[in-house]
This record gives sequence, C-alpha cells and structure tokens, in this order.
Amino acid sequence: MAVVFEKPKGLTDAPLHYCPGCTHGIVHRLVAEALDSLGITEKAVGVAPVGCAVFAYNYFNCDMAQAAHGRAPAVATGIKRANPANIVFTYQGDGDLAAIGTAETVHAAARGENITIIFINNAIYGMTGGQMAPTTLPEQVTQTSPYGRDVTVAGYPVRVSELLATLDGPAYIERVSVDSVKNVRKAAAAIRKAFQYQSEGKGFSLIEVVSTCPTNWGMNPVKALAWLREHMLPYYPLGVYRDKGAAQGGADA
Amino acid sequence: MAEKVLMKGNEAIAEAAVAAGCRHYFGYPITPQTEIAAYMAKRMPKIGGTFLQAESEVAAINMVAGAAAAGVRTMTSSSSPGVALKSEGISYIAGMDIPALVVNIMRAGPGLGGIQPSQGDYWQCVKGGGHGDYRNIVLAPSGVQEMYDFTKLAFDLADKYRMCAMILSDGVLGQMMEPVAVSASDAPPFCADGKPWALTGTKGARKPNIINSLYIEPDTLEVLLDKRYAEKYAACEANEVRWDEFLTDDAEIVVTAYGAPARIARSAVTAARAKGIKAGLLRPITLWPFPKVPLAQLAETAKAFVCVELSKGQMIDDIRLAIECKRPVSLCTRTGGNVPSPEEILTAIENAAKEAV
Repeated sequence: MAVVFEKPKGLTDAPLHYCPGCTHGIVHRLVAEALDSLGITEKAVGVAPVGCAVFAYNYFNCDMAQAAHGRAPAVATGIKRANPANIVFTYQGDGDLAAIGTAETVHAAARGENITIIFINNAIYGMTGGQMAPTTLPEQVTQTSPYGRDVTVAGYPVRVSELLATLDGPAYIERVSVDSVKNVRKAAAAIRKAFQYQSEGKGFSLIEVVSTCPTNWGMNPVKALAWLREHMLPYYPLGVYRDKGAAQGGADA
Repeated sequence: MAEKVLMKGNEAIAEAAVAAGCRHYFGYPITPQTEIAAYMAKRMPKIGGTFLQAESEVAAINMVAGAAAAGVRTMTSSSSPGVALKSEGISYIAGMDIPALVVNIMRAGPGLGGIQPSQGDYWQCVKGGGHGDYRNIVLAPSGVQEMYDFTKLAFDLADKYRMCAMILSDGVLGQMMEPVAVSASDAPPFCADGKPWALTGTKGARKPNIINSLYIEPDTLEVLLDKRYAEKYAACEANEVRWDEFLTDDAEIVVTAYGAPARIARSAVTAARAKGIKAGLLRPITLWPFPKVPLAQLAETAKAFVCVELSKGQMIDDIRLAIECKRPVSLCTRTGGNVPSPEEILTAIENAAKEAV
C-alpha cells in the first residue's frame, strides 16, 4: 500500500509539548520537511533558543545545541565556522531574537553568516507566561502591559525582517505566516529556499513566521488565527524582503 | 632543540594556541589583551583558521561555545570587564560539559577601573563568576615561557576533562617580553574525531548528539551535578594541582603569590634570607584546583604566612582555608594598577617575622 502521509524523518517521535492551537508544531514540521527534501538532515545542526522552543532539541532528529537566551546566532556561528560543511540553523522566538539577542541577530546578519534562522513572531513571551515582547503590538494587552502596550512608555514594536533588510549581509529574508493552507505552503517554500541558499553558500537567511499564541493571547485557536490576520499581518506584512538569488530584491507583499 | 623567540606574553599565548591546534579564535578588543586578537587576526587566515571579531564579549564566548560543541579547539581572550560579560557563557560551557580556553589578562577594577595590572578577578575566575555550581581549571603563569606552556596545557586539560580552562594572568605578563622556547607550530588543527559527543551532523551513522544545559527534573539535575563533582572535579583536584616552591624546606615565613607578583616576592624572599630571616615562597600555579595539601604541610613547620596579591585580599581566603587558620596570614597588597616593590614585600616579611617570634 502506498504511503500518502507520514511524519518527516527530520522529526523524532517525542510528543510535542506545545499548547493546543500553537503554530510551533506546524513550523517544526516545515523545517524538518525542508531538511529531508534537500537531503541535509544528516548534516544539519540546530540550535534551540530559550523560550517555548527550548526543547526543540528533543524534536528535531539531527544534532542539536541549546543556547543561552538570545545567543543562538552566536552559537550557530561557532558551529558553522568549526564545520562549514554542516547545515546550521537556529529556531528562535521574538523575545529571544529581537530583545535579549538583538546584537547577535543583527551582527550574524551583517556578517552574512551562512546560517539559517527560523524566527517565530507571536508578539508575546510564551514560556514565561505572556509578557510584552519586542513585537507586541501597540495597545496589545499582556501580563506586563496590562492596560495595553502604551507606545509613549514602552515604545514601538520591532519589525525584524525590515530592519535586517537594511543590511548588506543577508542573502534571503522572507516573512511568512502559517495561518492558512495557502500560507503554510508559502512558508514551506520559503524555509526550503533558505536552507537551499545555505547549502549553496549564499549566506545568511532568516524566515520570520508570524505565529499565534492562543494560550497567552487568551483566545481559542480559531480566534487567534483571526486576530493574527486582523492585527498582526497589517503591522507585519508578508513577503520577501531580501533575495540575493533573485534578479530583483525588495518586498513583494 | 627548541627555538627561542623573543615574545610578548600576549603573543606567546596566541602562538601557543596555534601550536596546540587551535584554529578558532573569537574575541572583542579590550586593553591590555588586544595583542592576542591582533596576533590571531594576522595568523589565522594564513593557516586556514578562523579569526572572528565578535560584536560583544557575550557573543564571542557563545561563538566559542558553538565551536567547542562542534568539536574543535577554540578560545577567546579578554580582560576583567570583558570576562565579567563572558561569565554567562562560561557557566553554560560548564553546564554543557564542553572544552574551551578563556584567557583573562587582568586589569584593575571595579567598573572600568584602569588598564594597569591587577589580580582583582581572582574571585571572579577561581570561584566561577557565572551562575550555578561549577568549576574552571585556572592556570596562573608567572613568565612569558609559562604563558606559552600553560596555554598548551590548558587546551589539553580542557579536552581531558571537557570543561573550561582559564589562563589568569595580568597586564604585566601580557605586555612584557622574554625569550620563549617554542615548539613546532605546524601542529595539525585539533579535530572532532576524538570527540564522539561533538555536533558534527549524524552523517546517518549515529543517533543525534544533543549538547544542552537544561534539566527540568530536579533529580536528573542533581544526579548530573553530583557526578560532575564526584568524577570530573574530584579528578582535577586529585591529578591537576600544580605549584612551585622556593626555599620552603626550612621556611618560618612562607610568602604566597601567583603571577607577576610571585617574581617580585621571590626577590624579596632572597633579600630576607640575606638578612637572616628564614623565608620561602609557595607559588600556586593552578588556582583551581588549589594547592591545599602543600600549604597545609608548610603550616606544620612555618610560623606565619604572607599573602602577596594585587587585590584587596582575595587569594588570602584560600590560604587561610588551606592551612585551617593554624598560622597567622598577613596581606601584602597594592592595587589600582600598582605593583609592590621587593622592599615593600621584604617589609611585610620582616613584620611577619617580628610578630611570629
């Protein structure tokens, strides 16, 4: 009998600990599928962040390191420089990547470090229970912005893809979402392309995935997806922000 | 026959690292250790190595962690405020059980302090510095030859025990020049073949390796810590204690000093002998593991101890603990970037001798 659907070999059998409706599971699968489809799982080395994906080392079926909060791009840099033939990726959330790890992120991008970053932007700190993130939207209520994010006090969200696209270093930056089948397919293609570029030695790639956190947003999964479309996508437009491999770069959103 | 080359202490460290097979250096500029980075920046591209100037000390130590996890010999170097920033990464390196070399060419603190020599980071480096229960092997050279030799030794010890080894030195040794007997520097780069735990990709030949410091279950973490202390750290204490003694056989006044001040203390001990005072010097070479046993033995016969250090009384605690406070220990210190003259140390020896009568 033909197998029509199976778990990617790039994932282990460990049950995911993520909350119901959380999109981490989808993105894990897309990363594993990309590695499998390019035949690079066996030479992949991943770096887990501090945050909800801290246990990613239990889920990806390849060599894995677990980094200090925000330092994954630096750890990945060390791994890649030691063994350039390995395919090295980090998997980071918004607090990890865009707050405490801003310097590591910006400079890995500026160096054009030949690594791939999978960046989950769900506008909140999930693991610690729903605090304001650097990507939390204006007026968004969180545990540490209980009256809504007041931009006169807490400032404005960081648009990571746009920020990094001002640098000369990155080879490929795309913002995707996994809120619909269509967008999941686009995200799958983007993640695959990022790893493809790394395999070809093109340099730094980052895929920002606009994601949901139903638990800490205080919504059911369906409402969370609707909230993502209504509030996050207008602030974080999907599209390609850098593509050194294409004839023309720039956003196509 | 080894060739002798006139080298700065900082250059000796860099060249020794190359000779030890280190091909991955990550650093950030800070006085008075920048010659190490400058040397590596020149050397590494010529031998297929990596010199990377990181965006911060924090990033540099985490790049070291990544390269160490990938199985290569790797190092960073800095000076006191920079080592404080690296402390986060040093704790993770301990938690991940991976080998790395961190060099600290100490300057005066706290805060920005000054750029002249100091030993104010004894506690920071010898007691850990970062969070959690862990140890670093800490080697304290006292001359440029030892800067060279101990760098190679530090890589070997780091690999042997899969832990962080540190060279704890100071601005005097970093900046001064002495002839150094160097070994052939064309050693092949040390690679991951002997490190089956390294993150090199499974190549389809084994299960994935995971390098991690997170253990959510209290019992799991406690068992791991117990094992680390009972096996790794205990083995260091049993096998790796190093020290040097000078005229201690009949010493009534035992001077203790490490690094550059130990050289001045040696002159002071000689001067005290000329004056009829039975003085001797014990110089710890490993600050962890600390030479507790020889100090305890000297306490059986000595009348008093003088601890010379470029800090306000840090190593003196370990001296007192080692001799279980059986003898008086006085402190002879200069700080702020100053070093004591032989006469100042001689005076301290004479005072100790008077009080011990």
